[in-house]
Amino acid sequence: MTESLLLPLAQTGVFELLAPTPPGWGGNLLRGFINSMGIGMGAFALGLLIGTGGAYGKLYGGAVLRDLLKVYTTLIRAVPELVLVLLIFFAVPDVINRTLDTLGYRPIDVSGLVAGIAALGLVQGAYATEVLRGAILAVPQGQIEAGRAFGMTPTMLMRRITLPAMLPFAIPGLANLWLVATKNTALLAVVGFNELTLETRQAAGATKAYFTFFMAAGVLYLLLTLISNIFIGRVEHWARRGLPPIAESR
Amino acid sequence: MTATIRAIPRNTVSDAAAEAIHIEDLHKTFGTLHVLKGVSLSARDGDVVAVIGSSGSGKSTLLRCINCLESPTSGVIRVNGEEIRLKPDGNGSTVPADRKQIERIRSRLGMVFQSFNLWNHLTLIENVIEVPVSVLGVKRERATAEAEKLLARVGLLEKRDIYPAFLSGGQQQRGAIARALAVQPRVMLFDEPTSALDPELVGEVLAVIAGLAREGRTMILVTHEMKFAREVATHVVFLHEGRLEEEGSPDALFSSPKSERLQQFIRRVG
Repeated sequence: MTESLLLPLAQTGVFELLAPTPPGWGGNLLRGFINSMGIGMGAFALGLLIGTGGAYGKLYGGAVLRDLLKVYTTLIRAVPELVLVLLIFFAVPDVINRTLDTLGYRPIDVSGLVAGIAALGLVQGAYATEVLRGAILAVPQGQIEAGRAFGMTPTMLMRRITLPAMLPFAIPGLANLWLVATKNTALLAVVGFNELTLETRQAAGATKAYFTFFMAAGVLYLLLTLISNIFIGRVEHWARRGLPPIAESR
Repeated sequence: MTATIRAIPRNTVSDAAAEAIHIEDLHKTFGTLHVLKGVSLSARDGDVVAVIGSSGSGKSTLLRCINCLESPTSGVIRVNGEEIRLKPDGNGSTVPADRKQIERIRSRLGMVFQSFNLWNHLTLIENVIEVPVSVLGVKRERATAEAEKLLARVGLLEKRDIYPAFLSGGQQQRGAIARALAVQPRVMLFDEPTSALDPELVGEVLAVIAGLAREGRTMILVTHEMKFAREVATHVVFLHEGRLEEEGSPDALFSSPKSERLQQFIRRVG
């Protein structure tokens, strides 16, 4: 049964095309996938850092900081991500090198990986700011006040109380952001970074087997999402350990 | 107005006992709302001061000013002889001038809230050791051993690894008292500790507080439980519309109230 299903695939040479070693293109696809993962993780991590700082700044910062952050989140969320990626991917290395030049240093070669993480991370940061701000607001005020009442410093309060307490409220939004981050890596194909989508396009173009390669890429993206979902489910279960089960509070 | 002259306290505290809390001419406004209009109060070591009054009389605000959860608009607050340094905040009120000072003072005041405010992401025992370990720098093992004693004392040792959301209100409040005791507080501050509880759970919490009063702990207790205040307090303060209307020994205050407002209040709440 399985053989009769797979037979047509073998006849069209799907397995040869996807073989991990040349002349198959599977190795290229996997390399692209790993690059995508690297960018996705880096951008998500950078987004979390910016988002944490941004959420705190928006909630507890001074008037100037709050306004600046409002400009940041508004601009980033208003402009299409592709435009931002093009802008940041080319502009950021340029700004860095101009700065180095003015300071009298030699220009450095900003790798596509770093520029890609910076571009997508800045986009992620704007959305993460709002996700985390909402989550912090969902923490019962009394728990934060209790920390203050017992003499916690603001940083201790953040580390020991606010961040762990807001986590269960942040995870659905952050999980969304992570999945968006993995797929936004495809935007970097436009600027010639060898992530999964660009590798796929090259393989497809060279072999004319468009359907095969884009299906294969689709399966890789899907697998990543499915595995992520298992992991996210576990983290969410752990983060909600102190909250009563939904069924009981309904 | 200052509560230094008093009838014989129940706890045998000599007049030489150090002043634990001293409040002088405290004012607090929220916008146009004048909540405290010049309240003075003092408590010596071993005193149990019950603050009573109807809703909106400013008693919770008074308590929250002691550890600067609310910054007073003006006035003097001394905790264990140390005056809280305040500076103008530019909006006609004050903020603590020295963050380190206020954090140090707070870490030795055991606050118990009306709504318990245990940290949901920590188990009961983790709640109790959190402040000793993070703020006071006690070793985790020692803090845990101490916390177990405190939980045993409030009758919750078998619940040590349970998260607060899975405990009853009375259990949560007893846990919150254990958390406050864990900092070895010079003064315990109770902000209506039984007001959020179902009537059948009030007794277990009051029993714990009464036990603390018996062992001579210094406490400021904002409460609606008049019978309880009469039993455990060494001194009772009646607030009315932000002013200290009357104060004295519990017997004097409850048996022969002088001010008409206190007479009305006692008739009303029985």
